Amino acid sequence: MTTTTPTRRPRPAWLLLVPALALLAGVLLVPLFQSFVRSITTPTWTLEHYARLFTDGVTLTVLGRTATTALLVTLIAFLLGYPYAYFMTRVSDRTRAVLLVVVLIPFWTSVMARNFAWLTILQRGGPVHTFLTWIGLGDIQLVGSQIGVTIAMSQVLLPFMVLPLFSALSGIDRKLLLAARGLGSSPLVAFWKIYWPLSRGGVVAGLILVFTLSLGFYVTPALLGSPQQSLIAQLLAQRTTQLLDFAGAGALGMLVLVVTLVLVAWANRVGGTISAIGVVATSGSKGR
Amino acid sequence: MSTDTALEPGTETAYVTAGRKGRRRRDRSVDPIPWWQWVVGIAVAIYFILPTLFVIPMSFGGNGSFQFPPKEFSLDLYVNFFSNPKWIGSLGNSLVVAVLASLLATVVGTAAALGLHQLTGRLSQFLRTILMVSMVTPAIVVAVAVYVSFLQWHLVGSIGGYVLAHAAIGVPFVLVSVTSALGGFDAKLLRASASLGATPWRTFLRVTLPLISRGVLTGAVFAFVTSLDEVVIALFLRSPFFQTLPVQMYTAVTVEVDPTIAAASSLVVVTVTLLLLIPLLVRRPKRR
Repeated sequence: MTTTTPTRRPRPAWLLLVPALALLAGVLLVPLFQSFVRSITTPTWTLEHYARLFTDGVTLTVLGRTATTALLVTLIAFLLGYPYAYFMTRVSDRTRAVLLVVVLIPFWTSVMARNFAWLTILQRGGPVHTFLTWIGLGDIQLVGSQIGVTIAMSQVLLPFMVLPLFSALSGIDRKLLLAARGLGSSPLVAFWKIYWPLSRGGVVAGLILVFTLSLGFYVTPALLGSPQQSLIAQLLAQRTTQLLDFAGAGALGMLVLVVTLVLVAWANRVGGTISAIGVVATSGSKGR
Repeated sequence: MSTDTALEPGTETAYVTAGRKGRRRRDRSVDPIPWWQWVVGIAVAIYFILPTLFVIPMSFGGNGSFQFPPKEFSLDLYVNFFSNPKWIGSLGNSLVVAVLASLLATVVGTAAALGLHQLTGRLSQFLRTILMVSMVTPAIVVAVAVYVSFLQWHLVGSIGGYVLAHAAIGVPFVLVSVTSALGGFDAKLLRASASLGATPWRTFLRVTLPLISRGVLTGAVFAFVTSLDEVVIALFLRSPFFQTLPVQMYTAVTVEVDPTIAAASSLVVVTVTLLLLIPLLVRRPKRR
């Protein structure tokens, strides 16, 4: 009669994870794995496709251009993001809630709407171009060049700089600064010796995150950049859909993926970024 | 400070809240916010919202090319959006895909969050990271891999392919918001319910689900919005017979130079904003 005992044994909790993992495997892991396998087995076991990335001349040039753009975007995001995050820690709770909503706006503004808006703002005859011509800077080509791409990408990626920075900065006790001032230090020295070292975890996390994410941008460079100055994502798309070089594209994709994941893991170790961003992104205007 | 607040977890915040008024006033005089920080903060805030500000006025500009400021006020673009089968059809496709994808993501994501909540240790940490990884994987790398694999599985251009891919990228949002809802969940309730004879399923429906419903709703909204807005994977999965709204918008900019995209953009931005307000509105009355 042991088979009919009514005691219910709790089912193992990991069973609840099976559907999500299966979905993820089907859409992400298996295709990525297949793409990896394709890149080392076409036509037979070979590393030729990886070797070609470094010898065909094009890939390295594009990689270099992508890295330069990413560095520039990261720098701009940092120069704008740090003061903003700092400002957020200073204002009243109500103002902070508004500033946080503002941060999340690029996060949740439709990708296509945003890029289209940047296109109209920056294009020849658009408001920014007109203004620059009017103040005598001459005819600067913003769309179809790296300038437009950099401006638009910095705006989209700013939340990824501001959010980890804000979480790091809001944990710093300002009384330390006041104490330094009280002991006779100038505001700049107090900031540099006390505040900046304490904020460095958030800074590193933000820098790595923005740099990493800007490596994979596709839509913005495709719409605002020029085809002659394509970035790595466009090269990847072109090799897949136009050249049908699935193995070569697979090798390039693996390279981008590995670089990204290594950098993200590093950022995550420094600042616990992935989950922090997930939480803030889904928390709306909850304040802290 | 009364002793009962000191006994609670999160004493720090209790102190701050209790002493906020007085402390802040003192802070202001000793440690004022310099005017230039306001200038920088507001300037960066404008940069954050600039494209979003342009989207809506653009949509009333009539059938010129992409121009700002618009020369006239007209509803032509909206009329065109709702009468042209290309636009309204792709909107319909997008909505169907987004509803199905967010349903799937919500079900599997909620299950996974519940499972992870019961698990501890390194394995659960690892599984959580795996489930979150699509948040930082470059969309283009996923898109290219998914495209080639889905070609073999005959999922390119099918509604099923879109739903699976979008559900997978929606899972992290559900996972994060349900996990944070489970944060305040008292596991004793489960034992109480079981001891009263409820099956695990009934316990889930009557005890767990009502308590985490806000998290589930928030996750579902974010998964919906993510799918509605997703463009990179959608560009690869499109077929002449089935494409989503972001893909149509992409074509409108790159190929057709169709100003109707302005109307589409503002519709998407307004819809997404309204959708994101839902969790906030539901949250408010429940706050104690």
